[in-house]
Amino acid sequence: MSTDSVEPHLRIELVSNPLLLGGVRELLGNVSRRFGFPDADSSKIALAVDEALCNVMRHGYDRRQDGRIWISVWILGSGGRASPDVGACDHGRAIGAAGIRITIDDEAKQVDPDQIKSRDLSDIRPGGLGVHIIREVMDEATYARRETNGMRLTMVKMLKAGDAPCCAGAVGAPTAPPNVQVSPVAPIRSEADAGSRTATQEGARGHVA
Amino acid sequence: MGTSREPFHVSSSEFPGGVRLDVRGEIALAEATQFRAAIKEAQDRQPKKLVINLAGVGYMNTPGLAALVEALQVSRKTNRALALTGLSEKVRAVFEMARLTKVFSIYPSAAEAEQAS
Repeated sequence: MSTDSVEPHLRIELVSNPLLLGGVRELLGNVSRRFGFPDADSSKIALAVDEALCNVMRHGYDRRQDGRIWISVWILGSGGRASPDVGACDHGRAIGAAGIRITIDDEAKQVDPDQIKSRDLSDIRPGGLGVHIIREVMDEATYARRETNGMRLTMVKMLKAGDAPCCAGAVGAPTAPPNVQVSPVAPIRSEADAGSRTATQEGARGHVA
Repeated sequence: MGTSREPFHVSSSEFPGGVRLDVRGEIALAEATQFRAAIKEAQDRQPKKLVINLAGVGYMNTPGLAALVEALQVSRKTNRALALTGLSEKVRAVFEMARLTKVFSIYPSAAEAEQAS
């Protein structure tokens, strides 16, 4: 189990407006590709993030469009650890990247993480497929209540052996996904109720074990 | 083949025995309501067969799938055919993850979808 006190490589803050999702998808797909995931996997990572955000907007915020959502992305090195030098750009190529961790934080209503399940796929009906797709795409997907409000979803996807040919020799051998557990987590407070969101987020990461 | 950056658009046309919807753009959370409404409008015309051509769709996620599953339920209830065509590799991958490729009648071309009995 690793403790990452490393700042995310990328952090996005958005409101729960579905029109913003296309831009997030493109960004996440592009970042995944640049850090060594094949096109198909990059598209699927973007899809998993999209599904997670859809769930927050539809079920967490009940389609309200003014809820806050934070996406944080870490490029992971061998063993699933983030460190400041992992993913550094060397002549356009990422050094040491072996995977990606993405967290999605919201201030929406809290639910029992154990109740967030994919449904039986043989039951053909609309809805309930998002969680299944997230779990199908990512190596890990863990839901947790944040300390004061909202939920956090932590997703991890590691490169497979043979991925990232552009970085051959520089990449640490991809390993089995790390057993990242996040529970409970501290909140990322909105600007309105936090003097310093950065400090609060730092506290949140301190609970990531 | 459409790209995901194209704005969402649905056009409707008739063929002998049915109605065809040609869809372009992305079908995600923001577009799902419009997509569902276009399908409902077509099904309300009670065609023997509804063909949904997704060849112009560069991206679809589960809100789009849900609209199609609803359409399938209506078609089964009313004994009318529903056929899909034009699934790009990306869109097909979403169907596969949701185990829906065998649930829908999916054809390689719009012509085959229209002609299939």
